[in-house]
Amino acid sequence: MTMVAEPISTQGERASETPLLAVRDLRIEFRGKAETIVAVPKLSFEVKPGESFGLVGESGCGKSTTAMAIMGYLGATGVVAGGSIRFEGEELVNAPAHKLRAIRGRRIAMVYQDPMSALNPVKTIGAQLAEVPMLHLGASRVEALDMAAAMLKDVRLPDAGDMLKRYPHQLSGGQQQRVVIAMALLGRPSLLLLDEPTTGLDVTVESAVIDLIGELRRRYGTSLLFISHNLGLIAESCDRVGIMYSGELVEEAPTRELFGRPRHPYTQGLIDCIPDIRQGKHSRTLAAIPGNIPLPSERPRGCLFGPRCAGFRAGLCDRAGMTLEPVGERHVVRCVRWPELEVAHRELPPLSGESAAPAAEITFSDITKFYHLGYHKTLKANEAVSFEAGKAEIVALVGESGCGKSTLARIVTGLDRATSGEIRMAGENIAAIEASARPKPLLQSIQMVFQNPDSTLNPSHSAGFSIRRSLKKFGIRKGKAAIDQRMRELLEMVRLSPDFAARRPSQLSGGQKQRIAIARAFASDPSLIVADEPVSALDVSVQAAVVTLLLDIQKTRHATMLFISHDLALVRHVADKVVVMYLGKVMEKGTVEEIFGGATHPYTEALISAIRSTKPEGAERNRITLTGDTPSPVDVPRGCRFASRCHRKLGSICDREPPPIRRMSATHEIACHIPAEALESPRHPDEASDRS
Amino acid sequence: MAIFVAKRLAMMLLTMVAASFLVFAVCEFTPGSVARKSLGPFATQEQVDFLTKKLRADDPLLVRYGRWAGVLLGIIPDPLQDPSTGLNFKDPRGAQYFGNFGYSTLNKLPVNDVIWNRLGNTAILAGLAFLLIVPLSIVFGILSGLKEGGVLDRLLSVICITFTSIPEFASGVFLVTLFVILWPVLPGTSPLDTEGGWSVPSQLVLPVAVLVIYDFGYVARMIRVSMIGVMEKPFIRTAVLKGMSTRQVVIGHALRNAMIAPFTVLLLQINFLISGVVVTELVFAYPGFGRLLLDASLFGDIATIEAATLITVAIAVTTQFVGDLGYMLLDPRIRLR
Ligand SMILES: Nc1ncnc2c1ncn2[C@@H]1O[C@H](COP(=O)(O)OP(=O)(O)OP(=O)(O)O)[C@@H](O)[C@H]1O
Ligand code: SF4
Ligand code: SF4
Ligand SMILES: [Mg+2]
Repeated sequence: MTMVAEPISTQGERASETPLLAVRDLRIEFRGKAETIVAVPKLSFEVKPGESFGLVGESGCGKSTTAMAIMGYLGATGVVAGGSIRFEGEELVNAPAHKLRAIRGRRIAMVYQDPMSALNPVKTIGAQLAEVPMLHLGASRVEALDMAAAMLKDVRLPDAGDMLKRYPHQLSGGQQQRVVIAMALLGRPSLLLLDEPTTGLDVTVESAVIDLIGELRRRYGTSLLFISHNLGLIAESCDRVGIMYSGELVEEAPTRELFGRPRHPYTQGLIDCIPDIRQGKHSRTLAAIPGNIPLPSERPRGCLFGPRCAGFRAGLCDRAGMTLEPVGERHVVRCVRWPELEVAHRELPPLSGESAAPAAEITFSDITKFYHLGYHKTLKANEAVSFEAGKAEIVALVGESGCGKSTLARIVTGLDRATSGEIRMAGENIAAIEASARPKPLLQSIQMVFQNPDSTLNPSHSAGFSIRRSLKKFGIRKGKAAIDQRMRELLEMVRLSPDFAARRPSQLSGGQKQRIAIARAFASDPSLIVADEPVSALDVSVQAAVVTLLLDIQKTRHATMLFISHDLALVRHVADKVVVMYLGKVMEKGTVEEIFGGATHPYTEALISAIRSTKPEGAERNRITLTGDTPSPVDVPRGCRFASRCHRKLGSICDREPPPIRRMSATHEIACHIPAEALESPRHPDEASDRS
Repeated sequence: MAIFVAKRLAMMLLTMVAASFLVFAVCEFTPGSVARKSLGPFATQEQVDFLTKKLRADDPLLVRYGRWAGVLLGIIPDPLQDPSTGLNFKDPRGAQYFGNFGYSTLNKLPVNDVIWNRLGNTAILAGLAFLLIVPLSIVFGILSGLKEGGVLDRLLSVICITFTSIPEFASGVFLVTLFVILWPVLPGTSPLDTEGGWSVPSQLVLPVAVLVIYDFGYVARMIRVSMIGVMEKPFIRTAVLKGMSTRQVVIGHALRNAMIAPFTVLLLQINFLISGVVVTELVFAYPGFGRLLLDASLFGDIATIEAATLITVAIAVTTQFVGDLGYMLLDPRIRLR
């Protein structure tokens, strides 16, 4: 992957060129009946020809709004209230409809976050693709379909002819996104707007889509405006990056410069928030940015980041009219204190304390869960899953969507019953006891934190109510005063002030809701916490805070935790042991050091390789791109489950026979036909790059 | 597909049996005996008693229902046609054949001679109205759903709501006043014969107009709601940002999606137009199916009521079947899994 290095070297000559897209002092308002929301107060940036510009920021900071303003599509209430958007010298703000039509899809095209909903469900892929050349290039239907087929090949979709006849719902998420990309490229646009193009896709699919975008960009010389909240993706795909905060740019610099020497406290905070794949659990804690992004109506005076900034100085940071100041070559920052703050780069304290090998808290043996979907159709959600979690240990379950992680969680918590197998906890087999049949002490000892806090919190009850109810139900405290006292303690434990008890879920942010859900889960003093993607619905800055909190509490309470996640960097950061699953089966299990160390299963290798790091040297790793999509769990491959996508596949033996389990150590097992010695060989990307 | 059709047919049969039995049972409670109705008010009590015995009208309900079904299926001959009843009822098709709906005591004719004729008349009325309702409601619905709350939406919505809320008899009387009395260009009644000096097509104008005015607004509202939902979908944004004009977006992307949900509603209008247009038929003295059903009900002409019930059920099940097929055609997510 040399995508980053190459365009930067040619940047020097391009710097003087007229920009392809120039946004100047853009102000975007949403004029509702009751109030006017200033989504973007004053934004300026440029995209040069051939360049890839990244726009990063937390949810609600105005990224999508900016993209839609460029497309001239702000909806009924949105207006550009000031400033200009120039594209190839032409003004787009208030441009006549026919001019916009000639630009949209032809000279500027867009790739959307959710490809399924971006495609018309009742029209074939072919019809939807062919529209673009017919509309803009004067092609006949037949010519247009030919061009569509050719483009589908370019986005590496197999069997283009058949694909043209299919409907969107017959494609997987990754395939749909490739179709949307093909659609965008068919008009040969000079600028491509990508609004979170891979959010919601599986990591290995995301990885393939990002590689594809990079490759197509080089082939067609398209400029990119890449919008994302994923710093790793931006770091690898962009030449220059702008950090957006509450509708303003707070820092802008070439990618290496920005991630290597971030100047703005917010940028630094964002970078510190994300776990680094090359650092394990005990290297450092994640640094969270306190607080939340202000609502457009509640922007403070002066520096918008002020209320969340540790470097805030009254009289200095709250003065109006803060500007972007140059701090280096093509590097600007909006912070009055940047020269002083530069030296004070945060050193993060390492996590302390290490426990000895603990006794088993919960043991899974051969857990199998089949769903019968009618005649001769069985969905194999889990098959012969075995592992154990020791007391106060964190075991991470890793894998992409559909691998059976959540089913396992449902069985543990009694929301579902295993078809066969045993789960032993305190000597008892709980695999086949549903929650309704579980005795109170058992219910109390297993608690769950869900991905979406909305599903746990009743919208019509206050946050305090949920916690109190949990306390009452398990009789943890008796009497109103004692219960209220305990509830306040729990709120304090999740760093929320007691006033939050009275709030309803709708009055809480995503991160706050998840904290309430955690407080509620710990209310019953559980010995096992099942956390199913507890932070994946949250913004990066909030994620870090919630994870840190969860880890702290887990440690002080000596609770065991099953941590379900698809984010390997996060897993490396939090887990003691890792179980990697694919299509219902365990591919590999071991301690974190073993999983992220030398020998790994090919699937784990691909997962690790899919992680994008903000560290520039991270880009030099060999990326493994998996082809194809995860097969349906209804008809699983006969031999190795991973055979249809494996990059190290040995041949027909992988298709025919289930792989043997290779014992790499007492704690490390890999299910693969590749012999143990060959698995040990330095295929691991980290190792490879260390050597070079 | 074959299974699907078979299921639908089975359901149709079941509904028919249930509905016909229900009608039979309800008719029990209407005053006056079958014999009395068949003979007319001037017959003597002896004649009535004789006929009652002859027809075995005192048998239990279930037995009589069975006999009626037997006649319909052509297993037994129609007892009313037995010469010994002295009623002189004669069906040119014979007394025993499949599809024998029996004898209409009201019209003193075989039901088959009356009902198909009436159904045909109503089908003409309903068909013409439907042909106008479909395009009108689609145009109104799509245009007003295009921009919710816009000037056009408000204007069209007012028209639709006003029209829908005027009862049929009111608009009927209003139109008659306008085009028959004040400006006599159209006939006030529609007996479908040319004795009054008006051509048949001219007799159809007012009844069709009343039906269209009453019904299209409702369907248009349904389409409007669906259209508003579709216009907010991200794929519409995709189409616009491809550079398509509003017209291209509406015709190429919105229309078909917007018609998926209202399609069933549209087909339900056929059922309504066939059996629910009594008021219009009464206002214009139109010899239609609805009026026949009304007259038969008032008279207690059980054979006609039963026949009408079965036909109505058949139409309802058929439209539903067509609806399902149309659904599949419109929405590939249902057709192809
Ligand atoms: N139609 C609208 N009416 C009113 N306010 C809106 C509208 N669309 C967006 N906003 C507001 O504008 C601000 C910017 O929203 P925008 O969707 O651009 O954020 P974003 O950076 O793309 O966030 P995300 O990462 O969640 O996609 C938010 O405060 C949002 O609430
Ligand atoms: S201006 Fe002040 S408050 Fe704003 S980022 Fe800089 S130091 Fe922090
Ligand atoms: S068994 Fe074969 S297909 Fe499966 S992971 Fe190993 S090499 Fe790949
Ligand atoms: Mg967005």
